[in-house]
Amino acid sequence: MASKLTNRLRALYTATNQHRILSSHTGAQTAFLFSSSRLASDVPSLSNPSSAPPPQIPQSVKTSSAPSSLNQNELAKFAAIAETWWNSEGPFKPLHAINPTRLAFIRSTLCRHFGRDQYSPKPFEGLKFVDVGCGGGILSEPLARMGATVTGVDAVEKNINIARLHADLDPSTSTIEYCCTTAEKLVEEQRTFDAVIALEVIEHVANPAEFCKSLATLTVSNGATVISTINRSMRAYATAIIAAEYLLHWLPKGTHQWSSFLTPEELVLILQRASVSVKEMAGFVFNPLTGRWSLSDDIGVNFIAFGTKNS
Amino acid sequence: MNSLIVILVRYCICTDSTEKLSLLFEGGMKCRRAELTRYRLCPIRPPRNQWYATLIEDSKCGLINRKFAETVYRLKVPRRNFCADGASTAPSSKCGPPGYDAKVGHYDVAIVGGGMVGMALACSLASMPLTKHLNVAIIDSNPALSGRFCIKKEDPPDPRVSTVTPATISLFKEIGAWKYVEQHRHAYFDKMQVWDYTGLGYTRYNARDVNKEVLGCVVENRVLHNSLLSCLQNAEFQKTIYPSRLLNLHLNSSSARVDSTSSGLPLHGQGPSVKLDLIDGGSLYAKLVVGADGSKSRVRELAGFKTTGWNYSQNAIICTVKHSVENQCAWQRFLPAGPIALLPMDDKFSNIVWTMNPNEANDRRVMQEDDFVKDVNNALDYGYGPHPKSSMFGNGGILSWLKADVTSANELFEVPPKVVNLTSDRLVFPLSLMHANNYASNHVALIGDSAHTVHPLAGQGVNLGFGDAFALSRVIAEGIAVGTDIGEVSLMRKYEAERKAANIAMMAVLDGFQKAYSVDFGPLNILRAAAFHGAHYISPLKRSIISYASGEQKLPLFF
Repeated sequence: MASKLTNRLRALYTATNQHRILSSHTGAQTAFLFSSSRLASDVPSLSNPSSAPPPQIPQSVKTSSAPSSLNQNELAKFAAIAETWWNSEGPFKPLHAINPTRLAFIRSTLCRHFGRDQYSPKPFEGLKFVDVGCGGGILSEPLARMGATVTGVDAVEKNINIARLHADLDPSTSTIEYCCTTAEKLVEEQRTFDAVIALEVIEHVANPAEFCKSLATLTVSNGATVISTINRSMRAYATAIIAAEYLLHWLPKGTHQWSSFLTPEELVLILQRASVSVKEMAGFVFNPLTGRWSLSDDIGVNFIAFGTKNS
Repeated sequence: MNSLIVILVRYCICTDSTEKLSLLFEGGMKCRRAELTRYRLCPIRPPRNQWYATLIEDSKCGLINRKFAETVYRLKVPRRNFCADGASTAPSSKCGPPGYDAKVGHYDVAIVGGGMVGMALACSLASMPLTKHLNVAIIDSNPALSGRFCIKKEDPPDPRVSTVTPATISLFKEIGAWKYVEQHRHAYFDKMQVWDYTGLGYTRYNARDVNKEVLGCVVENRVLHNSLLSCLQNAEFQKTIYPSRLLNLHLNSSSARVDSTSSGLPLHGQGPSVKLDLIDGGSLYAKLVVGADGSKSRVRELAGFKTTGWNYSQNAIICTVKHSVENQCAWQRFLPAGPIALLPMDDKFSNIVWTMNPNEANDRRVMQEDDFVKDVNNALDYGYGPHPKSSMFGNGGILSWLKADVTSANELFEVPPKVVNLTSDRLVFPLSLMHANNYASNHVALIGDSAHTVHPLAGQGVNLGFGDAFALSRVIAEGIAVGTDIGEVSLMRKYEAERKAANIAMMAVLDGFQKAYSVDFGPLNILRAAAFHGAHYISPLKRSIISYASGEQKLPLFF
């Protein structure tokens, strides 16, 4: 199955003809170089790699005209497995498994932030949420069921199509507005939302700092921003990449690059620069005996942060 | 290697709710310090309403969020616009289906079978803030659901009774149904005596051994059912009763539509609704179909759940009898062909559950009333064997150090009160063990006897069913809290995982009992006698047996 997937990915890469180096994530050296480039991108002057691309670094960042924090390589990866979004036993199984846990965090923090009743079945009624990088709508649909007016955006058109089809199956989710667009384009359209949510997305974007800035701009003042990602720790390398991709085959190989991960401190800092102050943070831990995820204080691997936009 | 180096992440030990997680950053020339409010998500858990418990398994949940506490039982008027489809327009609490040729009803939950367990699920859903907005259809042709049958206090008790455990009683209290039970005939008992025909041993249990008031309560099934019905009728809850029976299930009713419009795109998880066809020609849609339709479950059959089980080649006779004195103890004696139980009812009544082989059962069902009463008295006294002596080991002499703190260990063997006459018909039903290999699939769940039937020897059957109903409603509440489609298979699997372990353990214990007593073999008789003595004198064992039988989910011996 893995080889089939690689072939599909390869076919996509060749078709789009945008990538010269295929397996940038396999070589440790390239990964390190890539890492330096990404970290350098925290510095605003170097935020656009096309302006000063270091030699021999994979040209992973778009050549399209619109300025975007997107990483084309990453988009191709997700387009290849888009059809399986709603197969809870498929490539997105870990996402399905972790979904209730991250929603519990969102429910708890946002109910408190917006002063909503924790025991209401629809606590987010009347609030406008955007789910950036919505994929097949795994997060958007529960948010809609919890009463929010949800806009789901994803740069991969195939994801959006899947998400629309699936949401139409249930009247309570058919109100979700899905757009094939990016956070940057929403900023250009001057859209704003009460809560901006980007889960497991920031590790796939080319420029996290710019991405956070866009998220912050989309958030109304005193609104909420929720971001989840994977820590750039040794444990994360061992669990999220070695175990999840290579040993357990939960995720297709190459889903994550360790070097693109952010540490909680980096995330807090780049959010702070984008005038979002992080208020709460939690980790996700997996219990191999029950096969369930739960929230904890341990932010060593997967973590989620909730912040508010400074007024 | 980069501009930011984390020096220290300092965790403070949780001491109060305002605990902070401090993250200290130091990088190059800059020194930044961000104080993050320490993650706190742990609410005061409302008793039993543990929807949060599985979300947070953090053992350090000593933190208390006061906001949670304030909102725990602040009941709000349920919001009625859960579904944008026709469902929300259905008038609440009507009897009989809405015009069948008109629009087909859409529901969140369809409960097939409005018996005790099905009604308990409906009541439980109606009682929780997260689920009380759900639109529920109950499919049952039992006319009792549409009208209100008054149970007169002077009527003799119905022979169909259940022994409800303290765990079930507290669940009933939680949903507000127990107060209706208390308005009718019910008999708490705090003592129990178990012995066998060999005369080698006996065990007496007393609620005081485990610091409880009661060991259980004997209630007629119709009283339990009626109480749940009253509870549901008085709840502000959208329910529709279809007085019909299930004919067919269309499990992937909406996926066909999607497949045709999306050029065969595989959308896993399919549509959110199941179509139910009823035998009277009507149909309805539901996101979740719950099979509460008993051991011959139609839902189980249509959804394709396989079962494992065997017949015991035993029948049980049940009937109501009257004594000349009040009976306040539950009695059970193991006879060669099966156990006979005498359960206290109010007003000098008792209920008999007598297990025997099918031929004997048929004979006893039709025999003269006087002869039957004689047989019963014989079976509960000297029939088949002598009374056990309480001093087999010198009144527990060598075990005396173990029994110090158990009051009932000193209680002597007693003979149950004599039966004077029979006050009801004798009903006979076959006994079997059946367990569904799965309780749940996409949009379908089984509860109660449709998932498992057990030997009635410890009166656990309906208690397991109530356990299922309450567990399922809690899982549904948990799912709603995080916006899950309530029929989603992953949610239903959670229910299955929770209940299967508990049910199988209880079934194994009861089946083991049944097997141990179905053989009359010298050494085994001694072993059984030893087990009786152990259960009678060894206090930790005794306490754990009582707790397990009371519905606490902990197997005896693992104390």
